[in-house]
Formats: sequence, structure tokens, C-alpha cells
Amino acid sequence: MDPLRQSPSPCSSRPSSPKTPPCEMLGYVGIEAVLDQLKIKAMKMGFEFNIMVVGQSGLGKSTMLNTLFKSKVWKCTPPGLAMPTPQTLQLNSVTHVIEEKGVKLKLTVTDTPGFGDQINNDKCWNPILGYINEQYERYLQEEILITRQRHIPDTRVHCCVYFVPPTGHCLRPLDIEFLQRLCRTVNVVPVIARADSLTLEEREAFRRRIQHNLRTHCIEVYPQKCFDEDINDRILNSKIRDRIPFAVVGADQQHLVNGRCVLGRKTKWGIVEGPRVGKPTTRKQTDLEIKSLLAARRTQGKAGGQGQRSGSCLAVENMAHCEFPLLRDLLIRSHLQDLKDITHNVHYENYRVCRLNESHVLPHGPCWVNLAPTPPGPSVAPGPSKVCRQTREDSDDNEDDY
Amino acid sequence: MTSEVARHLLFQSHMPTKTTCPSSQVSDDEQKQKRENIRSLTMSGHVGFESLPDQLVNRSIQQGFCFNILCVGETGIGKSTLIDTLFNTNFEDHESSHFYPHVRLKAQTYELHESNVRLKLTIVNTVGFGDQINKEESYQPVVDYIDAQFEAYLQEELKIKRSLFNYHDSRIHVCLYFISPTGHSLKTLDLLTMKTLDSKVNIIPVIAKADTISKAELQKFKIKLMSELVSNGVQIYQFPTDDETIAKINASMNGHLPFAVVGSMDELKVGNKMVKARQYPWGVVQVENENHCDFVKLREMLICTNMEDLREQTHTRHYELYRRCKLEEMGFTDVGPENKPLSLQETYEAKRHEFYGERQRKEEEMKQMFVQRVKEKEAILKEAERELQAKFEHLKRVHQEERMKLEEKRRLLEEEIIAFSKKKATSEIYQNQCYMASGSNLKKDKDRKKDPGYRFELLCFDVRACEINGGRKDAEEAPILCKTKVPDHRRSSQAKVIKMLKVCSDFLAVFIFCITYSISGKWPQMALKCF
Repeated sequence: MDPLRQSPSPCSSRPSSPKTPPCEMLGYVGIEAVLDQLKIKAMKMGFEFNIMVVGQSGLGKSTMLNTLFKSKVWKCTPPGLAMPTPQTLQLNSVTHVIEEKGVKLKLTVTDTPGFGDQINNDKCWNPILGYINEQYERYLQEEILITRQRHIPDTRVHCCVYFVPPTGHCLRPLDIEFLQRLCRTVNVVPVIARADSLTLEEREAFRRRIQHNLRTHCIEVYPQKCFDEDINDRILNSKIRDRIPFAVVGADQQHLVNGRCVLGRKTKWGIVEGPRVGKPTTRKQTDLEIKSLLAARRTQGKAGGQGQRSGSCLAVENMAHCEFPLLRDLLIRSHLQDLKDITHNVHYENYRVCRLNESHVLPHGPCWVNLAPTPPGPSVAPGPSKVCRQTREDSDDNEDDY
Repeated sequence: MTSEVARHLLFQSHMPTKTTCPSSQVSDDEQKQKRENIRSLTMSGHVGFESLPDQLVNRSIQQGFCFNILCVGETGIGKSTLIDTLFNTNFEDHESSHFYPHVRLKAQTYELHESNVRLKLTIVNTVGFGDQINKEESYQPVVDYIDAQFEAYLQEELKIKRSLFNYHDSRIHVCLYFISPTGHSLKTLDLLTMKTLDSKVNIIPVIAKADTISKAELQKFKIKLMSELVSNGVQIYQFPTDDETIAKINASMNGHLPFAVVGSMDELKVGNKMVKARQYPWGVVQVENENHCDFVKLREMLICTNMEDLREQTHTRHYELYRRCKLEEMGFTDVGPENKPLSLQETYEAKRHEFYGERQRKEEEMKQMFVQRVKEKEAILKEAERELQAKFEHLKRVHQEERMKLEEKRRLLEEEIIAFSKKKATSEIYQNQCYMASGSNLKKDKDRKKDPGYRFELLCFDVRACEINGGRKDAEEAPILCKTKVPDHRRSSQAKVIKMLKVCSDFLAVFIFCITYSISGKWPQMALKCF
């Protein structure tokens, strides 16, 4: 555990400002045009999103990413090829720019092959935490420059998707350890990987047990309860919290089912359908969507599970069998900005506080400015140790500002 | 409104196309991507992140917007009226006086709602600008205020535990500078103020009370103003022309600067609708008529088109400049002594260390000084104590001496008393002896009352022996030779009685005489015979 890191404080994005009298305007002024201005600016600048997937090898992380962004984001390891399992945990990052309807998104994906694969997995989370902290550190260094850039490149990890192997029992000790450490540093979304190996009842029971485990160990996964701002958020987020962890199936091969081209997994007893491929449908307000989708899922679940492990085609698209659309909606369509906000306002600020406070704890010496590497990353700390000393004597008077 | 609708259409038309940026930008992006090893992906389906701008907008709506306007101009030039007209509200209703000794700034915050947008508007007015006789210090309060807002933001940003998302941004986003419509040129004060402010805030100059200038004069005035500003190197805010949706409009507006505005909240019926206008005997000036004044252009540019850009410019240009200057002033640099990159953190730590060292040294010094002072004081006090002690001793001695003297005197006095009483005793004895011899006592004056009939008596002493011994005292002790008593008629009681009787009889006679006279009225012969 990191004793220096405090629990994230609830952030409210409502500004606390002096009491202002509301004024009635006698006519239309045109203030709402500022929204359009915002949109234009945002589209011009583009967006950034950094996602990290963590899980044991073979759980379908790369496939999931490819499915999520409907493109070959990552080269998956094809089964059968003798790929040597990495001896130590590696972190591989790849950046892509994807564009949709004029919106440019710079997507950075970080994969962690070798996680949890060794015999002794003690402290296998350290490199990951070190990597996350290194991104924060980079941002912090950029931010405290004197002449800084107009737009600081954001490489901080906004979301970490954790793949839980479908044992059907409960969270393993490795999972619990990892989640406990990570949930304080980054937004964690746990998912049940390879959910097609569980029946619906098993899935439900597994989910309940996982939720119970999370509650017992005080692990706050995204969406965190303390950051709900108003009643709408709370309703929506509690619905999502009810479904976490999502049971997902990743598929990147297309099959023809009933005349439609779907991404799916073809097995001897049927096809588990992934999301549909083809013409983009128009999307309405996403919370209504989730509600309707959730409603649909509930009714279909009650209808007695059509075709589980039978010969008929499992229709994943309507979410009865795979909650992949929920995950996708959560990550991309409705909560992407929220993920970024929480990373920026809470996790980054916590890191910054720790980092700046820590330096005061460092022992003083004649030429001491060797800032220790950030905890707990061992060798991922950035930059050589800088031992320069500023030798100006005339500016001590202004120090009281700090 | 037509321009706005047109802009909306323009905006909409760009939505479905995949590439919105012009070709030059695409190549820039590609080059940048190549440099950073970023691949461009094409997706095989609909992912759905086109809702990202909407998510961003939703978040901004939740947070609310903040906009701060600073109005600089002489008293009575129409600042408050223009702001009222711009935002279509009656904000404040009292006029300020012309007699303030210094320029002050007055800030007021209002909350405006329009559809789902909440705007926190702060209007800062200069009170008393240009009213003083000596205007040298007129613009300094304005500069100080702007710097203070930047400083507050910088302080918040540099805090360890900060809450920037909660922070009420009070930095000035735009400064409306009101130029009085003389028709000639800029005043010196205006030029000076604008030159000082142009690097700190976005300045939009406006010509106030534009209904006092005719069209031809206005054109010449605008050209003159702009040329003066350019020749003096004043950088006013130029509307941005890099985004092609609004580039055309902004470019054309840039040519109309400075805007000639008229403000009014009074409504008049013109044609068949109520418009905001000012009524003169010779005509009506409509505020929202583009032929009459540039008010609509100002509102369009300020609020509808460029509010976000103004805020961004303030944050990325003016605030960064201020921050850089302030930090450099404090002694921070980005590059250390050997041209190695030096972070703010390290410099800060180094300074902190120095500061602590300095503070420790000062503390030591102060301690030393304190100890020294204490010692000195102690010495002084000791000295004083010694003096006091000496004085006390001296006084004690003096006292002692006086006491002895007094004792001496007392002793003498007591001896005298004893001697006197001895004398008294002896003389009494002598007196008794003499009385026994002559049969009468020695009398003093007091005893005369007890012995009626004798006024005084003569005593004869034999002082022949005393004169040899010396002293009058002894004379009283000398033996008595003879005594003589002198009778006192006056005091004899018999005589008194006889006298009394005589007096009474006289009074009685007179009394009877008077009565008989009063009764009979003539002198009584008989009464006279009595006498």
C-alpha cells in the first residue's frame, strides 16, 4: 500500500464562486452560441485517450481492443504459434489517430504481456504503477516549466481495463492485490474475460461474488460513488455499478449470420455474435440507450436464456449474452470525458500533492537537489538525477508567496 | 441574426465530411504524426466517439461558464449603459460622481441564464477614470487589478493542494476601452493606458456615444485611431481568422474596428415594433440598426462568435506571459548553469533550502542579539541596584545621625525638666517656709480671686546673696524680707452691692417718672421731690 497516497477526494465540477444575484435578461443575447464555439475549438484540437489493458495472457486483451475500436489496434497473438511468454512484465504502447465524423481521436493503447504469468507474481504490479506514475510525472514536469506549451500532450492513462479470468468462483488474491493498489491511482474497469465459457447463471453468480469481494476490500472501481455529482449521474452510475464487472467476449473475425455480417466467434455449437459490422446507426442520448439496453437485457434474461450452449445462434448484439456494448458505451460513448476529467482532477492532483510534499521530506545537504524517483516505480523514473543548484541570492524575499 | 443562422448552416455542412481541415493542415498533421510514429487507422465500423464534443459540451454546461469584462473609460461616457444594452438587462442604476480623488475599480458579478447555459458574468468598472486634475496615476490601478487577478490564479495553480476545477476564474477576459468621440484623435491618457494594457489583456477599443459623430467624420476618425494605435505599437485584439467557419466574418469585422457604439435601454416604437433607441428632437438613433451604429457587430463579435477565443487567449497568452515574467522575476529558469534542463521543482527546492539556511542564520543572529541585550540590561540594572544600595546606606547614616542628635536634645530637655521641677520643688518649700513666718501664703496672680478685698501685694526679696551667685532664677529663691497687701475697693462685695442698689434705684426713679408723665402728662412734683 502506498501510505502517502490519499484516497481521492470527491470532486465537484460545479465552481464554488461568490454568491451572485441571478439576473433576468429581457431578450435573447446569444450567450448559448458559446457552446458552438466550444465545439469548433474542440474539434479543431482533437481529443486524446489513453487506455491500458491488464490481464494474464490468453484472456483476449488484444482482441478486445481490436473489437472496441473496430480496427487492428493491436496485433493479436494467433493461437498455435509458439510465442515465448515474456519472462518479465513488459509494457507496450502504441498510438493511433482515428477519425470519425470530423472528430479526431489520438488513441494510445498500452498492453501488459507477462502480467501474472510467472510462478512468483509478487510485486508484478510495480512496473505498471511505475508506468502510470511516469506518465503523471511527465505531465507534471511539463506543467511546471516556465515557458510551457500551449497544449500539454496528455499521455496519462485515463482508463485501465482489468481482465478477470472466468473461474466462476471469486476474485483471486492476485486480482485483489492489484485492484487495491491500482484503484487509487487510475480509473479501473474490471471485466470478466472470455465470458462465453460461463452460462448466464454462472455469470450472474460470479458477478455478485466479485462485487462482494470488491466491497469487502474497499476497492472503488470506476464509476466511483464519491464522484457522483447530481441525481442523474447517480442514477445512471448506479445502474452501471450494478453491472460491473461486464462479461465480455471479444471477436475480430467476421461471420455471416442470417444474412448479416457480424463479428463473432464460431464454435461447434453456435456463433457467439459480437457487435454488428456495417453502416453506422445514428445514436441518441446514451443514457437513454443504456436504460433501454438494460431493460432489453433484463427481459431477455428472464425469458429463459435462449440457446445457451445449444445449436442456435447466440445473439450477442442485443446484449443478452455479452455485455460488450455496455463496455463500449461506457468507455467511449458516454463516459470518456468523465474518465479524462477524473484522471485530471483527482488522480493527477493526488499524485502532484504526493510528489510535491515528498520533496520536503528529502534530507537537505549542501548540494542536494537529487529528487528521488517516484514511488513505487523502480527503474521507470524519468530522467537522470539533476544536481544543479540555483545560485541567486536576490530573490529570497519573494519566497513568502509559496 | 441572419449572420448567426448562416454560420450555423456553415457549421452543419461540415459535419458529415470526413476531413474538415484544409489540405495544408492535413499535411502538417501527417508530418507530425510521422515524426511521432503515430499511425493513422481507418475503422471498419462505427465506434461512436463522435459524441466526444457533445460530452465535452455537456460537461461545460454542468460546470457553467465564466466571463469577465473590464470597462475602462471616463466617467459618464456610457460604460454601464452599454453593458446593460449588451446583455439586455438592467444591472445597476446609480451614476457615479466625478469627484473621486483616485481611480478605483468596482467589480460586480451576475449570473445569467439562457436556455441551458449558465454564465457567471463579472463586470469591472473604473470609477473616476480621467476625472483627476493630475492623471499620472490613473491607469496604475487598472494594471494592478489585472495583475492581481493573474496573481491569484497563479497562486492557486502553484499551491500543493489545489482545486482548479472549482476555482472561480476572475481573470479579465476582455477590456472594452471607451474612446470619447472627439473626432480628432486619441487622447494621451488613452494611448498611454492602452499601451500599458495591451500585453496584459485583450483590448477592444470602442467609440462611445457614437451618435454625436456624423458618418463621414466617423470614417476619418476610425482611420485616424487605427493608424495612431498601429504607429504607437499598441496591439489590440484581433478576431481570429484561423478557423474557416468564422474566418470570413472575423476578417470583415477586423476592418470595422474600433466599433462605434450607442447604448440605450429605453424602448421606442418605430414602425410597428418596440426597439431600443435614443430619441432626439431631430431624429431617433436605433441601437440595433446596423446603419446607425456598430452595436450589433460588437455584440456579435464579443458574445456570439468569440467569447471562447477571448477566454482562451487570456489563458494561453496573457496569463502565460504573466506567469513567465513572475517566475523569472523570482529567479526560476528552465535551463540550469550547464545548459541542462532544470525543473521548476528543483529550483524551488534549492531556493527553499537557501531560504531555510538564511532563516536559520537570522534566527541565530537574533538569538545572539537578544542574549547580548539581556546582558547589557542586566549590567545596567546591577549598576542601578548598587547605586540604590549606596544611597540607602547614606540615608540610613544620615538618619542615624539625626536620631542621635535628637536623642541628645531629648536628654538635655529631660535634664532641664528635672532641673526645673527641682527648682519648683525647692521654691515651694521656701514659700511654705515664708508663709509660716509671715502668716500668709505666697500668692501668685491667680490666687487673688480667692482672696477678696486685696488687689495686690508687695513682696520684698533679699537678693544680695543672689547677685553674687548670678542669675535671675536665683532671685526668686531669695528669702523674703517683708510683705504688704493693698486693699481692693473695687472688688469688695459690699461695695458692689451698694453700687448695684444705687443703679437700681436710679432706674426705678426714671421709670416712675415716665409712667406718671404718661398718665398725668405733667411733671410730677412729688417725683421730682424724691430726687
